[in-house]
Amino acid sequence: MNKASIVIIGGGPAGLSAAIEGAKAGAKVLVIDENGKPGGQLFKQIHKFFGSKEHKAGTRGINIGDQLLEEAKRLDIEVWLNTEVCGIDKNKKIWGIRDKKQSFSIVADKIILATGAIENAVKFSGWTLPGVMGAGAAQTMINLNRTLPGKKILMLGSGNVGVIVSYQLMQAGAEVVGIVEAAPRLGGYGVHTAKVRRAGVNFYTSHTISRAIGENCVEAVEIVQLDSNWKPIEGTEKILEVDTICIAAGLTPLTELAWIAGSKFVYIQEMGGHVPAHNKTMETTVEGIYVAGDVSGIEEASTAMEEGRLAGINAAASLGFYIEKEQEERTKIVWNGLNALRCGPFGHKRKNAKDKILASREG
Amino acid sequence: MTRILKHPILGDISEQKKVTITVDGKSYLAYEGEMIAAALFNNDIKTFRYTKHHHKPRGIYCGIGRCTDCVMIVDGIPNVRTCVTPVKDGMIIETQHGTGEWKRGGQDE
Amino acid sequence: MDNKSLKTVGSPSLEELKNSPSFPREEDFLRGPIAVIECIEEIPCNPCQTACPKGAIFVGKPITNLPKIDFKKCMGCGICVAACPGLAIYIKDLTYSEQEVRISFPFEYLPLPNIGDVVDMVGRKGEEICKGRVTRINNGKANHNTVVISATYPKEYFQEVISMKRL
Repeated sequence: MNKASIVIIGGGPAGLSAAIEGAKAGAKVLVIDENGKPGGQLFKQIHKFFGSKEHKAGTRGINIGDQLLEEAKRLDIEVWLNTEVCGIDKNKKIWGIRDKKQSFSIVADKIILATGAIENAVKFSGWTLPGVMGAGAAQTMINLNRTLPGKKILMLGSGNVGVIVSYQLMQAGAEVVGIVEAAPRLGGYGVHTAKVRRAGVNFYTSHTISRAIGENCVEAVEIVQLDSNWKPIEGTEKILEVDTICIAAGLTPLTELAWIAGSKFVYIQEMGGHVPAHNKTMETTVEGIYVAGDVSGIEEASTAMEEGRLAGINAAASLGFYIEKEQEERTKIVWNGLNALRCGPFGHKRKNAKDKILASREG
Repeated sequence: MTRILKHPILGDISEQKKVTITVDGKSYLAYEGEMIAAALFNNDIKTFRYTKHHHKPRGIYCGIGRCTDCVMIVDGIPNVRTCVTPVKDGMIIETQHGTGEWKRGGQDE
Repeated sequence: MDNKSLKTVGSPSLEELKNSPSFPREEDFLRGPIAVIECIEEIPCNPCQTACPKGAIFVGKPITNLPKIDFKKCMGCGICVAACPGLAIYIKDLTYSEQEVRISFPFEYLPLPNIGDVVDMVGRKGEEICKGRVTRINNGKANHNTVVISATYPKEYFQEVISMKRL
């Protein structure tokens, strides 16, 4: 096989949703994923999702992952696992390596990049010690590898990832010593913070980590209070005995392939930094190359699935699988779903940021 | 014990098929198919490599194969990401110093 | 609304809850077992509305609206307790007995208590408030692993208690 109609790079929530919509439209789709299993980060999300029925609200991420895989199977979608994409060009030629052994190249009519994101690091003295890790890494360890990364854990960051992973660490049997937040107010949804608070976890607002203590691994952590200019207040240092420090300080889109392909980018801090400019169909500035999910701006799995659907529908439509009216109708339904997720005080910020991306593409 | 055998959401796992791995010359048991990083954590090993210039210890950081902090020498091949590489019976794993070195007898040449 | 306690301590104060549209008043509690929804921040979510068999919970559109409960319709059945992705709903019965009240709350930890066990009941900040006795453990399939535990405890701590301490 050296030609395909829609190639989707990344088999997480966005990529699988894109593939399903593409295949439903009648296009031949291929999903490429570097991991041994598709599903991306869905299989470590063991909490019930928010949203409403059409967003699969109330269903746990793992179960949504299973549903997507079943649907992909039913639609006979081809998935290449253990396959790393190294480059793509403007002519939509993709090249990479399969099973760490064999190189391949394939020309696609349309490409959908659904490559996800990577966790940000926060630097402090001792941050490279074994025992300091991303919150998502700890989540992978407990929920996928069924392995506790530590017994006494400090979380840095009170956004949804920080509080959800703290909760899940307790479900796995660890003790969460505290959640440190540099801002004066907590970042995550109140229902999440309330859940860990009633389990006895302390929040340290206006605090940060001043250093991790330990020779060969984390043995303790020193936290310090911050003033209104985010400067540490001398004399407020406090040492907490922990063996693990988790960092939940946001994510950065994994945009390498979009850069290589030559897409225009726009810098939107709230969306995680540089994101490929894209329009309402999720198409980047390179004709026929689409983005969906965290690579197009950091949000969450629910929105990633909707964006994947948008990309899938529109990539298929541009190949002639839908007439214009159908394309518009289907696109509109998904946009209504997306807008429902992007409202309220939390969603509104994301909506504004997304609008900036859309505006940059039009301009 | 760092292995999570009982879980309120994911359910219980029973004992699984074990394989033997060698880490820096010592034998350890691991569950077949689990990631090397998880197998090492379950054997109380958290330091996977030392940096080239300052010889500082490193362990896992991102856990999903992006950051390469957790690389080790596996069956003679250096810079193998242990967080996304499953164990195999008889696997020989070594703490990596600096960028590591290729050793003879690597399985994949 | 500022929700200062929610956004600094992590959990809402009773004052903040009383300002929210769904928090029951004294006369509502006198009706018998009813659902209490501690959801005071506009997030996009409405499974409570979808789950309620009596149509007592209303979110409407946009789905970021705070839920409202019609306590005339709510029977305190508890289906919404396991359905809420935020684990923000429990059932409270002020009329349980002369001295005791009853709560049914979501619990997603192990180990589980046994029926009849005396456990530590906790408040919104995780503080131990009083002892309670487990009367029911509902781990039905429809709950999807969100166990709903019922426990009785002294009436004087009616408002403060919202859960039990992990075992």
